[in-house]
Amino acid sequence: MSLFDYTLSEIHNKMNDGELSPTDLVDQAFKTIHERDNRVGAYLTLDEEKARATARILDDELIAGGERGLLFGLPVGIKDNIVTEGLRTTCASQFLSNFNPVYDATVTKKLRHAQSVILGKLNMDEFAMGGSNENSSFHPVRNPWNLDYVPGGSSGGSAASVAAGEAYFTLGSDTGGSIRQPASYCGVVGLKPTYGLVSRFGLVAFASSLDQIGPVTKNVEDSAYVLQAIAGYDSMDSTSANVDIPDYVSALTGDVKGLRIAVPKEYIGEGVDPAVKEKIMDALKVLEGLGAVWEEVSLPHTEYAVATYYLLASSEASSNLARFDGVRYGVRADNPANLLDLYHESRSQGFGPEVKRRIMLGTYALSSGYYDAYYLKAQKVRTLIKRDFDQVFEKYDIIIGPTAPTTAFKLGSQVDNPLTMYLNDILTIPVSLAGVPAISIPCGLADGLPVGMQIIGKSFDESTVLRVAHAFEQHTDHHTKRPNV
Amino acid sequence: MNISTQDVQHVAKLARLNLSSEEEQVFTEQLNAILQYAEKLDGLDTEGIEATTHVLHLSNVMREDVQRESLPTDKVFANAPEHEDGQFKVPAVLE
Repeated sequence: MSLFDYTLSEIHNKMNDGELSPTDLVDQAFKTIHERDNRVGAYLTLDEEKARATARILDDELIAGGERGLLFGLPVGIKDNIVTEGLRTTCASQFLSNFNPVYDATVTKKLRHAQSVILGKLNMDEFAMGGSNENSSFHPVRNPWNLDYVPGGSSGGSAASVAAGEAYFTLGSDTGGSIRQPASYCGVVGLKPTYGLVSRFGLVAFASSLDQIGPVTKNVEDSAYVLQAIAGYDSMDSTSANVDIPDYVSALTGDVKGLRIAVPKEYIGEGVDPAVKEKIMDALKVLEGLGAVWEEVSLPHTEYAVATYYLLASSEASSNLARFDGVRYGVRADNPANLLDLYHESRSQGFGPEVKRRIMLGTYALSSGYYDAYYLKAQKVRTLIKRDFDQVFEKYDIIIGPTAPTTAFKLGSQVDNPLTMYLNDILTIPVSLAGVPAISIPCGLADGLPVGMQIIGKSFDESTVLRVAHAFEQHTDHHTKRPNV
Repeated sequence: MNISTQDVQHVAKLARLNLSSEEEQVFTEQLNAILQYAEKLDGLDTEGIEATTHVLHLSNVMREDVQRESLPTDKVFANAPEHEDGQFKVPAVLE
């Protein structure tokens, strides 16, 4: 058993009893990283010296007593599209291979304030574009459950490191499923909060109307603690929501009696692996046994979500990524003939194939003559998709389905067909378009690979999402299973 | 709607990308496949449906027009490929 198998409150109790110190936890993290990460590939940059120094300071504070942060002493890995002052942040792109941020993202500041210990930066698909982590321009991440399989993406490093015991918890970012899908593939807990709940200041922008930061943990209680530490209004992010933040941990009552669950028929129908569906049906029985009731419903516009998403997200990306021009930061091409050539060559050498593909798609969709047909049309369909959710939530408390239609697939098996790859996100994308919160939690194994259950809530109702997930977890042991890496 | 290699070349220029002829070929095929898939949206009647630009109902977010602390210049230039006299340096625009 690893120290990381304890829940956050168990660890803090052990610290209070003098059985465990922040340095013990950081030792555990680096020991596992040095043993396993040459196989898993979850990290791009380690900050070992500073992490150990921070842990020693916290050791002293623990002995001295006094008030402690919510995440005191916990070793955390951060996805490499979230800026960390003085610690290289690359977005897994050659373009930013030399980039050292000069400020902290708001979530980074909050992690420091909560007294967690930053271990390093986590691998991802380049600029968060991808669902397999094969688009990292440094090296792929492998699934700790079977190294021949992908960990999912784009937050593949965030999910694989938690599954492999290489971090106590991590932060990821989710635009169309990039926290939930890798959490599902790697058998860990991944939460995408409501759009606007967590500040995006310092998150390198991909699709600004969809991007959201969230935690990856091994259990739901820890997810609630981390969310508590990072949620909240931020004047530095003008899309930050000014809402009251409830006490998420106290929402974990274990009580789901009378809970009304909607199960969209589109989420368990054609295209969903029967083995995945079976695990979801088993999970619904568990919740039924606890007094919840479920009914089949329809989210009729589900089949339009992937097309809508790729038009909107690529359009927003083509605009956001215009800032990478080799002038103010990033790698500049050598010997440009003139300024225009500098832009063209720096971008052509700096961006990988998937990023170029989406910039091309987005630029085309926004170009003169096509804007109405593609971008505006997709924004209107987004309204229809959002309405589907609004209507279901008039009658139900929560929506449940699989996180992904299948378990993880083999490395290399989908790289030649972008469209097939995009369809892996068919059950996470509608949720992102609607902006509502959702969590993926482990609900069993199929052929030795984890299956994730997606629990989707109303806007800003993370408390119910976490309560349902936690109740399920209390009566099952799927979340305690660990891979042999 | 079909996009041609010429369209791809035009879009690459707008996006400030140089593509190899191989990339042009691959992107022409792949973008056609993706856009063909996106045509399924045409089957939906969206007459009178409002566009969702954003899920939160935020209107313009304003703050007081007062001077605030900003990054010191040494930090601003810390990642610059080239800079001189407190300015980012680029090749001549006009020759």
